[in-house]
This record gives sequence, structure tokens and C-alpha cells, in this order.
Amino acid sequence: MNQNARRVAVLGGSRIPFARQNGPYAKASNQDMLTATLDALVSKFDLEGEALGEVAAGAVLKHSRDFNLTREAVLGSRLAPETPAYDVQQACATGLEATIAVANKIALNQIECGIAGGVDTTSDAPLALNEDLRNILLDLSRSKSTAARARAVSRLRPQQIVPEVPRNAEPRTGLSMGDHTAIMATEWGIGRVEQDELALASHLKLAAAYDSGWLDDQVVPYLGLTRDQNLRPDSSLEKLAKLRPVFGGEDGTMTAGNSTPLSDGASAVLLASEEWAQAHGIPVQAFITDAQTAAVDYVHKREGLLMAPAYAMPKMLARNGLTLQEFDFYEIHEAFAAQVLCTLKAWEDPVYCRERLGLDEPLGAIDRERLNVHGGSIGAGHPFGATGGRIVATLAKELSERESGHGVISVCAAGGLGVTAIMEAA
Amino acid sequence: MADRYQQLISTPIGQLVSKQIGLPNPARLERFRPGQPVVSGPVALGAAAGSRLGRGLASVLAAAQAEVLTPMDEELRAAAADAELHAGIWNPDAATEQQRFKALVFDATGIKASGQLIEAWAFLHPTIRRVLGSGRVIVLGTPPEDCESPDEAIAQRALEGLVRAVGKELRRGATAQLLYVRPGAEDALESTVRFFLSPRSAFVSGQVIRIGPAPAPDAAIDWAVPLTGKIALVTGAARGIGAAIAEVLARDGAHVVGLDVPAMSAELTAGMGSIGGSVLTADITDAQAPAEIAGYLLEHHGGADVVVHNAGVTRDKTLGRMTENLWSTVIDINLIAPQRINRELFERDAVRANGRIVGVSSISGIAGNAGQTNYSTSKAGVIGIVQEWAPRLAERAVTINAVAPGFIETQMTAAMPVVVREAGRRMNSLAQGGLPVDVAETIAWFASPASGGVTGNVVRVCGQSLIGA
Repeated sequence: MNQNARRVAVLGGSRIPFARQNGPYAKASNQDMLTATLDALVSKFDLEGEALGEVAAGAVLKHSRDFNLTREAVLGSRLAPETPAYDVQQACATGLEATIAVANKIALNQIECGIAGGVDTTSDAPLALNEDLRNILLDLSRSKSTAARARAVSRLRPQQIVPEVPRNAEPRTGLSMGDHTAIMATEWGIGRVEQDELALASHLKLAAAYDSGWLDDQVVPYLGLTRDQNLRPDSSLEKLAKLRPVFGGEDGTMTAGNSTPLSDGASAVLLASEEWAQAHGIPVQAFITDAQTAAVDYVHKREGLLMAPAYAMPKMLARNGLTLQEFDFYEIHEAFAAQVLCTLKAWEDPVYCRERLGLDEPLGAIDRERLNVHGGSIGAGHPFGATGGRIVATLAKELSERESGHGVISVCAAGGLGVTAIMEAA
Repeated sequence: MADRYQQLISTPIGQLVSKQIGLPNPARLERFRPGQPVVSGPVALGAAAGSRLGRGLASVLAAAQAEVLTPMDEELRAAAADAELHAGIWNPDAATEQQRFKALVFDATGIKASGQLIEAWAFLHPTIRRVLGSGRVIVLGTPPEDCESPDEAIAQRALEGLVRAVGKELRRGATAQLLYVRPGAEDALESTVRFFLSPRSAFVSGQVIRIGPAPAPDAAIDWAVPLTGKIALVTGAARGIGAAIAEVLARDGAHVVGLDVPAMSAELTAGMGSIGGSVLTADITDAQAPAEIAGYLLEHHGGADVVVHNAGVTRDKTLGRMTENLWSTVIDINLIAPQRINRELFERDAVRANGRIVGVSSISGIAGNAGQTNYSTSKAGVIGIVQEWAPRLAERAVTINAVAPGFIETQMTAAMPVVVREAGRRMNSLAQGGLPVDVAETIAWFASPASGGVTGNVVRVCGQSLIGA
């Protein structure tokens, strides 16, 4: 094993515009969208026919036939068919975890370059057979006698035609992610106005990024969309204030406006060693410095479902001798405005930092001007697997333009998971 | 427990009628039962910027295992973290309608000028209507006489008006107090904050308490029986309030020496028997009584830790009709006897270090009462005893305080004419009379080994009576 880890360069990313559920991508499959995104990256970096070290990507909502989704997408793309690939699945952190996986192999000299990405469709959803019907059919296939087969068939009922629909709920609590976040919002005393303000900023900053052409080299048109469909450049606090709460009951604070919508889309980023980048004449945008994944016990210890990034961050900071204030960019995934605000408050709170995170001093507040400066998931939408790639590409470009400094990523995920990462300018 | 009016008014028809014509609607007050938590619901803890009691309050609340919420205030949260208080977040802008509080605790010591009083408003405004029945509002300030600037002293003095008005606005048996905490007394809060948070202080409201620095108690306190190992002398212990005092002190772990006149010997013996106390019969106006009492305490117990001067009588007549005998009887028993006993006990060192002297004054002693010139004089004199002796006894680490009961349901008040009795009962913020146990609980707080910083106080147990306010 090579003990000398080397720096991992982020060369850039591509994505298709994110669409709302049952929008223009209603009939596009995960494989269609991921293939199109890989091809966009191939065009951007002139990778036609290249055999890369690997491609790691994944989706959260997957058909059973997509057991090798990423490999199939590679075979359908203009990359060399000799490019290995595998699927990663870690809920909303899929794209970021895939990036870390590829980066680690590059760091350890196991590969020279690779693509990390993710995709999701909530429109082309993997409906499954009704669970009763599935059991009957399995029993039928196991039956060895005519009588046994007849017994199995006799259990068929008309209502078994109703399929199994994937649910946006935690299996161990039965609560949706929104319900869980509403609990967190109440615990942390997160108000409606601050959530709406964060949501509005997400839309306005993303709209500005589009208007200035900042995203032109990252977003490639797909099926008629040129911008994220969810983006509302004309949104306002007044409009957001009119929306009714969708989570947390009648006096809840979380609305469709300050939560991410169900969306479809894909993203991918190209990672490489410095040598590979230099050999291919591709400038390095940023380096991946470190990453940390954490998990919380939201089932028995009553920790908030989406609080794991709060735990990941201090570990990672300590390892790198950095404070939370030393970053020039904070890219925090906006699953819900309330989730971002809970996380920021947690880092500011002496009680939480002492008791839960084991810190003598709180991590402290961040400069909000540096948060999601080119918009976030509330504006763009959040196709689960695709968000990590969008964020890594965004931060890499921000750092390359600034030409110095550090940026940090924080992504929460279902199952009480959270992933953070540090990147630095090249 | 409830008087007849209370029973009547709590029926559906009574409720309807009382609402329609605006009759007082007394709540059934929660009272302490052993084994209960200090506070049986969420506590909102707030502080003005730059306040100094956050750490102490957080420690007390953590030790009391209270469920606490605080605003997202960095200083206060840091204090809570230091005290290992698992405090949640309170943000009125994001709170659910259902959020209720059993207690509101506001540290106002950071208020240095009257403009900052708005911080008290900002904390109480969104919380006060969320206070549960028998809830508590506690505001803590700096005694004006200890403030560093005139502006600070004035603003701190203003808190009295706030708290007294809050006490009158609160409904459903909730109470409000102002605790003035001297600089240096930040760690001497526990017994007082526990008392005022808990149902023990059910009939005490609108009071201003001063807490000074205190030596840490010798041993860790078992809050279930804080008086364990203590000897408590209670005069007039045969019946009424005195019997309740003896019971509560015994419940809190003290060995009670009950004293009463020989004529009450049977009742006294029965009462002391039920609480494992000792019997001492004496006429406290007798010239030999102080020496006998001191001798008894020294001989049998090596001295006393707690002395409660509860014995008292009334002999009511307007001054023009009052005979010399009526005057002297009351003054001798209520005022002169406690002074003589105190002097004897102190001279013979019969009150041990960290001792507690408690007098029983009265609202009549504060406000004066027609037909009670003798009684009012004696009870005002009891306040004089407290004020005069508090600084002298401080050198011996002995505290002296008094309770001043308002309308307490006893045989004495049961004998009053109906109209006078009803007026006495209702004319306070809780719209009802107190019980002897309410006086006793207050005395037990003074008596606690953790109350070393509480001295020179006269605390009314009157439900914030309109009289003498």
C-alpha cells in the first residue's frame, strides 16, 4: 500500500438543469440523465474515448433493474467502455460520498482520475409490486404441486393491483424528513421569517448566477430546460409569507417555499491527480482537503434526524487545525431552510457544543455573506443523488475564481447521516 | 382545603356567575408533597445582557432537574453549558401555541439603566400568558443600595414595581417575586430559588427578598431532608401555625423541641409525639423562662440550630377602650419574650454557628390594623428585632428573618365575623386565605442550612394582600 497520499484536484463539473417532479424530465430515466451528464463532462474536458480510473455515481430512488446504473451509463456515454464504474447510495449525500470515494483512490495513487456524480428522478419512480402480490407470486414459483399452485393463486385479490410506492419517510420512525425537520425547528426555535429569508436568498443568488453567465460552463440544457425549473427569480418575502405550513402542524413554520421540492436531475465532477490534469492541459480549480461523515442516533437518543453534519464538522476542523470562521465559502445543502438554520445555531450554541459535540467552546457563527453565494438547493431543486456533484462543482469554481482560501461543504442525509468536506483553492 | 366560597365558585354554575359579575375566582393552589419535583413543568430562563447570575441559576435548575428553555443568548447559553444544564431553546417567534411554562426566571442584574428595563419586558411579554396554574415568576436583581451608579440603582429599584404588578396580573394561583442578590452572593441562591420555584411558596407573592453572600454549607445538602441533624425550638407549638411549623421542620429532618404554656401540655405532647419531637412547657413571659429554655437546650441537645418565635396572642380593642392589661399581655408575649429569649440564648451560646432565628410578624405589624394597636405594635417590633439583630448576628454566621402572615385559615380567623373574614380572605392576588403550612414552609426555607445568605428579611405570607402593600 502506498503510504504517501497526494493532493486530489477538482477540475470541474457539469450538470443538467434540475426539473420539478413530473416536469420536462417526467419520462427520462436515471440512466438517461446520468448518461447525458457524463457526455456533457466528456465534451467539456475533451474526454471522448478516454478510459478513466473509474466513475462512481448513484441514485437514491432506483429501479431494481438499475443494479449497475453507473456502469450502464458509462457504457452508454462517449467514455471508453474500459472505464470501470460502480454505484454509490447514501441518500442525499450520495454525490458527495461518491466524490470522496473517487478522491481517496486518487489520493492513494490507485487511480489517476475519475468522475463522481449522482442522479435522481422522483417522476420515473420505481413503483414495485404490491407486497402481498409479490409474496403470492414468490410462493407460486416455489410451489411444487398443482394443489399448492392453486392455493397460492386462490390468495389473489383485486386490491393487490395497488403498487408499492417509494415513501419519503424514515423506516424507523415513520416520519417524513419534513416532519423530522419540523421537530428540529421547534427545538431550535427557528422562526418562519428567517427560513423564508434564507429561501429567498437561495433563489435570488442562483438567479443572479444564471443572469451573469456564471453557470454557463456547468449547466448544459436538457430536454428543453436551460435553467433549473424550480428557480423563482421574482420570489419575495411577501409571496413566501403567504404559503401555508406543510410540516409541523397548523402553526408550523415550514412551507413548500422554504423546503426543497421533489426534483429530477443529474450532476458529475471530474477529479484527478495534478499530474494527470497537467498532462491533459486541464487547469485545476481546487483541491479536496479532507472529508468527514457522521451519523446520529435519531431513533433512541432523540437527536435531530438531519443534525449529523453538526457532528462531522468539528472533527474535520480539529484534524485540519481550522476554525469554522476561516472559510471563504460555505456550501451548505438546503434540504430545508430550517435544517441549515438548526445546524448554524447548533455550532453557535455553547450548550449543544459542550454536551453533544464535546467541545469546550462553541464553533461560533459564520459570516452569512459567504453562505451559498451562488444559490442553494431550495432555489435549484434537490434531485437527491445529484446535489453533491452540484455543490462540489460550485465550490470548486468559487475557489478557482478567488484563487486562494478555503471552502467547506455540509450535506445532511436521511438515516441520520451527514457529510462534510473541505476544499482549498489551487 | 378549599373554603366554602371556593367550593361554590368552582361548580359550573358558580363559574358562570363569577365570570358574569366579576367575582374573585380563587384557584386551588398546588402545595408541596414530599417526593415532588421542585418544578413540575418547563422553566423559561432569560437574562438581560451582562447579567451575572446565569451560571448560578443554571446550576440550581440543573440540580433541580428542571426542564429549561432559554433564548438563543450567547452569555446565558455559555453559562448553561458551564453548569451542565441541558437547556432547550426558547424563541417566541417560532414557538408553538401549546408551549407553556411552569416558571419564568429572569436575571435582571445586567440592567444598568432604566432604558434597559425593556429587556425584562422583552422576556416577560411573550411568556407571561403561557404561565401555568400555580406557576412562578422570579426576577433577580441587584439591591439598589449595592449598585455602582445612581442610574443602575434606580433601574434596579424599578423592578419592584414590575414584579408587584406582575403578581397582580398573574392568574390561576401563579406568584411573582423579586430576589435582590448582593454582589458576591451568586452562589448563595439555591435554597431561595428552589423555595420560590416550588409549591412550598404557594401563598407567597409580590415579595422582595435580599440574599447576601453565604459560606458554603459544611456538607452536601439532601434537599429532601435539609434539616437532618438540626435542633429546632418552636414556641407556641401546640396548635395552629405553630403546630404546622413543627410538622414541616420535622418533615424536613429536624428534631423539634415544641414549647407552649403548661395549659396546652396535652395538645403539645400529642403533637410532638406524632413528629418525634420533645416537649418543653413554659410561660415565656415568666422571668425564669429564658434561662430554663436555654438550659434545656444546652443540656439535652448542646444548643439549638433553629429558633422560631411563633408564640403570640391577640387582645383586640380600639385604643380608647384598651386596658393596660390587654396592652401589656400582647406586648409581653409577642415582643418582649422573644427579645429576652434571644438575649439569653446568645449570651449562653445556645444558638450554634449557622443558626437560624425566625420571628413571626404580621401584616398588622406592617400596615397597622384598627382594633389591634397592641398587636400591630408588637408585630412591628418583631420587624425591629430582625433589622436590629441581622447585622450583629452576621458575625456569628447566624441569620434572623421573619415571616409576616396575612390571612391564614386558623381557629383565630374562623372566629372572625363573616364580612370581615371574607374581605380578609379575598383581598389579595390569590383571592383566598393561606394555610398554616404556607407559613411553615416559608420558615423552613429560612431555617435551611443553605439559606445562610438570607438574613434581615421580612417575608409576607399573604398571597400579595392589598393591605400593607
